[in-house]
Amino acid sequence: MVTHDSGGHHHPPTSFIRKYIFSTDHKVIGLQYYFLALFSVFLGMALSMLMRIHLVWPSAKMPFTPGGQMTPEQYLALMTMHGSIMVFMVLTTAPQSGFGNYALPIQIGAEDMAFPVLNMLSFWTTLLSLIVLVSAFFVNGGAPISGWTAYPPLSALGQIAGPGQGAGQTLWVVGVAIFCIGSLLGALNFITTTVDLRAKGMTLGRMPLTVWAWLVTAILGLLAFGVLLAACLLLLLDRIAGTSFFIPGGLVVTDTPIVSHTGGSPLLWQHLFWFFGHPEVYIAILPGMGVASHVLSTFSRKPVFGYKAMVGALGAIGFLGFCVWGHHMFISGMSPYSAFAFSLLTMTIGVPSAIKTFNWLGTLWGGRIQFTTAMMFGLGFVSLFVTGGLSGLFLAQPSIDLYLHDTYFVVAHFHLIMGVAAIFGIFAATYFWFPKMFGRMLNETIGKVHFWFTFVGVYSIFMPMHFLGLAGHPRRYADTTGVNFLGPLHSVHYFITLAAMITISAQLIFLFNFFYSMKAGQKASENPWNATTLEWSIPSPPPFDNFAGRIPVVYRGPYEFSVPGATDDYIPQHLTPERVGKAH
Amino acid sequence: MAETKTVVGVPVSSAWYGGGSPFAINSKKFGMWLFIVSDTLTFSVLLLAYSYSRLANPNWPRPFEIYPAIAKSTSMTLILLASSLTMVLGVAAAHRNDRAKAVRWLLLTALGGVAFTVLHLTEWFNLFREGYTPWSTPQGVPLFGATFFGITGLHMTHVSIGVIYLVIVSIGYGRGKFTSDDVEVSGLYWHFVDLVWMFVFPMIYLMSVSLAG
Repeated sequence: MVTHDSGGHHHPPTSFIRKYIFSTDHKVIGLQYYFLALFSVFLGMALSMLMRIHLVWPSAKMPFTPGGQMTPEQYLALMTMHGSIMVFMVLTTAPQSGFGNYALPIQIGAEDMAFPVLNMLSFWTTLLSLIVLVSAFFVNGGAPISGWTAYPPLSALGQIAGPGQGAGQTLWVVGVAIFCIGSLLGALNFITTTVDLRAKGMTLGRMPLTVWAWLVTAILGLLAFGVLLAACLLLLLDRIAGTSFFIPGGLVVTDTPIVSHTGGSPLLWQHLFWFFGHPEVYIAILPGMGVASHVLSTFSRKPVFGYKAMVGALGAIGFLGFCVWGHHMFISGMSPYSAFAFSLLTMTIGVPSAIKTFNWLGTLWGGRIQFTTAMMFGLGFVSLFVTGGLSGLFLAQPSIDLYLHDTYFVVAHFHLIMGVAAIFGIFAATYFWFPKMFGRMLNETIGKVHFWFTFVGVYSIFMPMHFLGLAGHPRRYADTTGVNFLGPLHSVHYFITLAAMITISAQLIFLFNFFYSMKAGQKASENPWNATTLEWSIPSPPPFDNFAGRIPVVYRGPYEFSVPGATDDYIPQHLTPERVGKAH
Repeated sequence: MAETKTVVGVPVSSAWYGGGSPFAINSKKFGMWLFIVSDTLTFSVLLLAYSYSRLANPNWPRPFEIYPAIAKSTSMTLILLASSLTMVLGVAAAHRNDRAKAVRWLLLTALGGVAFTVLHLTEWFNLFREGYTPWSTPQGVPLFGATFFGITGLHMTHVSIGVIYLVIVSIGYGRGKFTSDDVEVSGLYWHFVDLVWMFVFPMIYLMSVSLAG
């Protein structure tokens, strides 16, 4: 009945290169994605650290800036690359392509993804795009300065628009276009796998919420990245073929009239970019929601409260995510009527988000909570999701957004909700699945130290930014020296920079724990968390084809914890009804 | 499949029970449909950018005369439609296991693609000679050139990839490496490329017929 190509799949490859480099095994590819994201996140953090230092000590000599002191353009280049690397290479890559690749096939009872070779190609495409993106640092003029949103005309004009707008911006566009292709292939693979390769008995209503989240995310990716790909093609044509899709006529840049371009519209890019960009926010956060639901249920020893409502909310958020892109463009001169419609639709997303939050609380309510590190990061995710979501309600109102647009309030909002909340989802997933991935436990004590530093740290960094924004502090300012009304806010910047230094240093604790435990951690059993889903029914780490040729049959839903009358407080999905209640 | 009628309330006969495709098609075909969905969005964006630019520019040129541009693009359309027919015949032959005939129809389809591309390129070079380029037009509305060459260029790329794809499939199918399902999947792609042209032709060509003469 299973019609996918599994020919030649049952004997693992033996050579190092086929096993670890050009592997078609979803588990190896998942880890490759994870390590790609791990490298990228430390690179991205290093860039943000340089920016924070420059904001507080503008005259500080920097090692990486020729001439010692950082110029405003170099600050903008750091900001552009920080945003691009974090959004594309970390937030899109780790939760979906990393953990999704690793866990989704096992959780639905499949031996691999539907298209293993395509899966390998997706990873290598993504790695290529990372290399192209990062190489923008090393070309003449350096990295682009137009931000991760690459708004034209700045991004379309070339060298005349500033350093980094020459070769650097071209590499950026090419890198992002390549990333789109990798993501499209990945999304296609995820959807096909989930639809076609579920084991017998794994009905849609029995899929873990993680699988639902990855599925909805893949659908978003399939629909959104095709649009960004087209937009990037147009931008690339503007840059290298002399077209004017996004460049209006009569433009004058530093006293030079741009006569070679006329007739285009920068607003067209904003529409296309945000039609991708808003779903992209959910591509980053939805897998975290799935992981939070999964982890909260497991460590409350209770079923997820309102499973169907959770699935419905995932779908609703995914759908609404495509209807709200205009809320990024309230001050672009759009008609107040469209602003009103976009505002209303945006606030509607609050409804499914609130459903999810209430259901997480409902899952915790009356549970026997086990404060593992994974659980704490899951709780941290809920906290950050609520905090970051609430400021979204402010920004969703055009009248308030007129004031808060392009201030630090926006920076605080999106960092909390799509940055740090998603990162907490990644951490929860890491602490939860590490035993399965590497066969050893992460150290829980070090893990909790890491949690508290990170949790307190991210709030210390981003909460004060709301106040900066309310005080009217614009974002993207490299240096506030001499800007009188920003003078009194310097101490807030100082506090944020200190908090960032401590928080980023604390990530070294995680790094140590990660590599130390991989080598010398306590050996993990098959099911160290007494969890119910299929990945905990196989050895840690799993064998090459996951189930050693014996595909499981699924008899029940994913979250059967504390079932009345059962001897154990969990009933695995694959346990036959006859074996429930007996020792297993 | 026949172990029990229901497993904890879920009827085994349900298409979504697991253990196989709920649509009773192979994964490759489903994957191709998903690719088509996402590629549709890519083309939609280009056609949207075209419509947006056209509405925003009051002096949008309508340069195409009935002869040669419209006559040529109409015959290109007919060739592409005919190639869809040969594709259908190829898939039908493959499903009848008539390998030799299927390969012949596939190669004929690819030939249609080549003819389309050659005609299209001569059309492009005509326009170049008349002063239309991706960055300029004689009427001074460069966006006409940008959208025209951007959209037809991406479509032509799709046709060229399709030709290579069809040749690979026909060789592989002829040698028994591919199944008739693989032929059908390549057919899905070909019909999709054909369908895209059915939007490009009226929107880019027919709506730009010269009204003056």
